Amino acid sequence: MTSHAHSNKAVQLNKVSIYYGDYRAVKDVSLDIDRNKITAFIGPSGCGKSTVLRSINRMNDLVPGAHVEGEVLYRGRNLYAPDVDPVEVRRRIGMVFQKPNPFPKSIYDNIAYGPRLLGVKDRKVLDQIVELSLQQAALWDEVKNDLKKSGLALSGGQQQRLCIARAIAVEPDIILMDEPCSALDPIATQRIEELMKDLVKSYTIVIVTHNMQQAVRVSDYTAFYYIRKQEIDGKELRWGELVEFGKTKQVFDQPEQEETSDYISGRFG
Amino acid sequence: MIEEGVFHNNVLRRKRLGILWSRFYFGSLIIAIVALITLFLTVVDQAFGTVSLSFVVDPATLTDGRPLDQLSTDELADILTSNLSAGRSRILLRDYVIVNYNADTYTKQPIQALLPNHTLDLAVGEKTLGTLSAEEISPILAQSLSSDALYNLVMIEVVQEQVLESWTLSKTVFEYNQIVAENNEEHPEGVLQFRSWLNARFLGTPMASDALKAGVRTALLGSLWIIGITIFFALPVGIGAAVYLEEYARAGSHSRLFNLANNLIETNIRNLAGVPSIIYGMLGLFVFVRLLGDLTQGRTILSAGLTMALLILPVIIINAQEAIRAVPYSIREASYGMGATRWQTVSRQVLPAALPGIMTGTILGVSRAVGETAPLIVVGAATFIVTDPTGFFSQFTALPIQVYQWTSLPQVEFRYVAAAAIVVLLILLLSLNATAIVLRNRYSRRLS
Repeated sequence: MTSHAHSNKAVQLNKVSIYYGDYRAVKDVSLDIDRNKITAFIGPSGCGKSTVLRSINRMNDLVPGAHVEGEVLYRGRNLYAPDVDPVEVRRRIGMVFQKPNPFPKSIYDNIAYGPRLLGVKDRKVLDQIVELSLQQAALWDEVKNDLKKSGLALSGGQQQRLCIARAIAVEPDIILMDEPCSALDPIATQRIEELMKDLVKSYTIVIVTHNMQQAVRVSDYTAFYYIRKQEIDGKELRWGELVEFGKTKQVFDQPEQEETSDYISGRFG
Repeated sequence: MIEEGVFHNNVLRRKRLGILWSRFYFGSLIIAIVALITLFLTVVDQAFGTVSLSFVVDPATLTDGRPLDQLSTDELADILTSNLSAGRSRILLRDYVIVNYNADTYTKQPIQALLPNHTLDLAVGEKTLGTLSAEEISPILAQSLSSDALYNLVMIEVVQEQVLESWTLSKTVFEYNQIVAENNEEHPEGVLQFRSWLNARFLGTPMASDALKAGVRTALLGSLWIIGITIFFALPVGIGAAVYLEEYARAGSHSRLFNLANNLIETNIRNLAGVPSIIYGMLGLFVFVRLLGDLTQGRTILSAGLTMALLILPVIIINAQEAIRAVPYSIREASYGMGATRWQTVSRQVLPAALPGIMTGTILGVSRAVGETAPLIVVGAATFIVTDPTGFFSQFTALPIQVYQWTSLPQVEFRYVAAAAIVVLLILLLSLNATAIVLRNRYSRRLS
């Protein structure tokens, strides 16, 4: 493990295909995600970008019938090796969801939930974690006086930052964000984007977004996924594929693939 | 193209249809409310009313004109002892004041030794029970018993009232003259009196063969015991089954056979909720009374509680399933996303969020159990029992059994007694429901 600690790759996907039952939703995705960088996944609906994101911390395991072929390497180990515990994976690779989903508990208990799961009981340690996480998520000043208030009483943007703070509280390496701003207004979105730029100093971030301006604004790398179709025995099969991956500036300014340039120029999708 | 005229006609027709349906819904509501009010009125009508009483001793002759229930304990005790033989007074002292005594030796012990907590005159205290006179017994009764208890004793021992005829509340309110006329003609000795069949004494005394003395205490305690046992067994099993079905069997990848078996089980649980209760009674009789008779000791309150637990288990499972399913998936996702195990997610997120719903379901089930009669009859509720249930292995009766039994007796008065018992049953049900609502509201407020 130590030999990989110096590697600048946080996660490497190697020919990853994801199936729901017999249906292959994503085919042969290979890409490297750099440490302390923001990588954006873009593409039209149904192209499999969220599915790939969720395969990185094995959230797809929760879907009945889902399975993954290929390798997802994290610190040199395949996350899908039989001896890897998904619970451990999700603690190292946290997730923020599309809709803010705070627990129906107090702000404090929302943040303390993760550390408590891991067995932290000392009130002082928990207090510290809560304060630090909220500060990192730029929420501390707004809520420090009512930590006992329900997390659901916050505004949408605050809720999403609470969810980010909650994800940080278990000290992950990587934070996966699945369209974290799609339910937020532009001002709340801007705050989250600023927060991401802050957080990336300490964490690796992978974000799925429908908003191409957002990808341009925040990400260092961009992966463009697209839907492939094929007719077999009169039935149309659809699956997602990674079309182009590179530095964001390059993907948007000089895309190599025609589909990419069509998509980002708004000719479809 | 839609013509303006057609459109206009259509709008009117659509609106008329809407009004028609809304009237239908309102009508349905009215029918339901009328049915409820009728039920309530019928019960209240019978639980209160006028009775024509005859006495061995008229209570009016016992006092100086004040009503009997306003006398002091001293006066009541005096009335009691002066109207009874000394022997009967001693028996009352023994049964109501001394209560716990050694049957072999109590006649030889000095009275002070039998009543260590009382301060008696030295001369009186040295006497044995058998040598006490009525005048000496009176102050002991007065200082040991409440005025209510003494009043009841006077009514039962001295006045010895008897119901000659009884009338309902509605008749009392609207046709009192007719009642008076009827009474004068048929029972010239009868004294008319307003009577609430539901009273404190009714709650506190066990079953008796005389309607005036019959009470509901044994049945009420029996029902409470059964509720307790039912919840104790049905709740954990019901929630456990629901959690398994929703969180373990449904999620994750399983073989096709497993899923098939699972669907079969779920469907059957739903069917079980509709099985007639008497079938559960027969099941309980076979399994708990006969097969496990060594454990339950046969026709005991434990067998009854277990049978009821079986009866409401499907209801609890189905409601708990619904409640668990209503917990947003995003909460589970968030929990798993933090590195929670399935058990942690279930116990820390899903169950707390589902608890209000689960409690509602449980109360629904318990309410059903409280009102059930058939399974208890099959399992073996006692029809005449005067001793309180004291444990899992007591004989038992329950409120609906008692109601059923009273309504089937030939004496008219027992119908009114039954009505009073129904009121008790309804109050028990309502307070159960109220408790659930209060608990649920308190819990939901903490969540949001």
